[in-house]
Amino acid sequence: MANEVLKVEHLEKYYQKKHVLHDINFSISKGEVITLLGPSGSGKSTLIRCLNGLEDFRNGEITFENKKVIPNEKNWQQLRQKIGMVFQSYDLFPNLTVLDNILLGPTKVQKRNVDEVKQEVDELLEKVDLLDYKNVYPRQLSGGQKQRIAIVRALALHPEFMLFDEVTASLDPEMVRGVLNIIQDLADEDDMTMIIVTHEMNFAQQIADRVLFLKDGSILEDTPGKEFFKNPATDQAKEFLQSMNF
Amino acid sequence: MSFEIIKQSLPMFQQGFILTLYLSLIGIVGSAIVGIICSLVQYFKIPVLDKVLQVYIEISRNTPLLIQLFFLYYAFPAMGIKMSAQLCGIIGLIFLGGSYMAAGFSGGFNGVSKKQVESGKAIGLNRWQLARYVVFPQGFALSIPALAANIIFLIKETSIFTVIAIPELTNTALDLIGLYYNSNEYLFVLVVAYAIILIPLSIILTLLERRVRYGTFGN
Repeated sequence: MANEVLKVEHLEKYYQKKHVLHDINFSISKGEVITLLGPSGSGKSTLIRCLNGLEDFRNGEITFENKKVIPNEKNWQQLRQKIGMVFQSYDLFPNLTVLDNILLGPTKVQKRNVDEVKQEVDELLEKVDLLDYKNVYPRQLSGGQKQRIAIVRALALHPEFMLFDEVTASLDPEMVRGVLNIIQDLADEDDMTMIIVTHEMNFAQQIADRVLFLKDGSILEDTPGKEFFKNPATDQAKEFLQSMNF
Repeated sequence: MSFEIIKQSLPMFQQGFILTLYLSLIGIVGSAIVGIICSLVQYFKIPVLDKVLQVYIEISRNTPLLIQLFFLYYAFPAMGIKMSAQLCGIIGLIFLGGSYMAAGFSGGFNGVSKKQVESGKAIGLNRWQLARYVVFPQGFALSIPALAANIIFLIKETSIFTVIAIPELTNTALDLIGLYYNSNEYLFVLVVAYAIILIPLSIILTLLERRVRYGTFGN
C-alpha cells in the first residue's frame, strides 16, 4: 500500500515462557484510526508497547514508513520522535513544570529553537484550554488536566503516528470527555494516524476506521469500525460487546 | 560533678570539637563524591569498572571502620606507605562513607518509577538525557533521607578515630580522663559536644527532607 505508515508481520511476544502475542499481522495507512479492543489481559497494551519499542518481541517484523525497523534501542529512540505515545497514568515529570515537560522533547531531543517551540506550545495549550497552567507543576493538576498535558507533550514532537494506551482508564468520569475530544479533534482536523486502546465503546465506535479485536493474544477480527459494532463476526467479539453493555 | 573541672577542660574540648567538625566535613564531602561516582558507574553499567566498584562496596560495607583504620595506620607503613593519623582517618572515613553514599544515591535512582523512565523514552530521550532530566533529579530527591542518615552516621563514626590517636572529641575526653580521672565531667562534656553537633544537624536534615518531599519537587 502506497501510504502505509506501519506494518506488523508475524509478531510474537513471550514473557518468559508465556506466549502473550500470537502471529500478529496488520497494517495502518496514513490518517487511519484503529481502535484496539478486547478483554483485559488480551495483550492490547503489550501490542502497542511493542510498536514503539517499550517491549521487545520475538520473531516478526515491524515496518515503519516502508523501512524495516531493526529493533535496537538506538533505532527506537529515533523512531519515538515520530511515534508518539500517551499512557494510562499520564506520567508527567513531577520535577518539571508543565511548560518544561512539553519543551523537553522538542528542544533537547530535536534541538529545535526554544522560542519557536514555546510559541507552538502556547497554541497547543490554548487548544486544550490549559494555557494558564503553563508554569505550574504537575502535582497541581487534576488527572484530566495531566492527561491533556501528556497529549500535548507527545504532539509537540510533531509525531506522524500516535499510540494511546487506555488514556482515560484512570480518569474520573467527568474528565473523560475532555481528553477524548482532543483525540477526536486530532482525527478530524489533523488527520492523525492513530492506534487507540480503549474501553470507551461509544468513543471507539465513533472514531474507529477499523477495529482490531484481540483475545488471548491473537487478532480475531480486523474489521471496518461500523461493521464491527453492528455485526461482529466472531462469537468472542459478540460476547465482548455484550459484556461492555454494547 | 564539678563545674570548675568542666570549665577548665573546655579549651581542650574546643580543639577536639573543631577537629571533629573538620574531619567530618572532609569525610562527608569525600564520601559524597565517591558515592556519586560509584552510583553513576552502576547506573550506566560501565563495564569492568562497575564490577571493580562492586568489590569495593562489598569490602567497605562489610568491614568495621575500626579494622579499616588499623589497616591503614599499621599495615600500610609495613608496606612502605606512611601517612599521618589524620590522613588515615580521612581516607578511612571516605572509604567507609563512599559505599554508604553510593547505596543512598543508587537507591534513589532505582526508586524512580519505571513509568517515568518509559515516559521519558516515549518522547525520544536518549540514555543520558533520560538520566539528566528525569532519573537524576527525581532520584536525588528520593535519596535525601538515606544521605541524611549517612551524614549523621559518618559524624558519629569519627569517634573511632581515637584508636589511632587523632585528638578529636572522643580522644580528647579519653585523654583527659587518663590524666585527671574526672570521668563524670569529661564524659558529660563529650556527650554534650556531640549533641551540639548532631541534634541541630538532624533537625535541619529532617526539614530539608520534608521540603524536598512536599515542596515543588514532590508528587
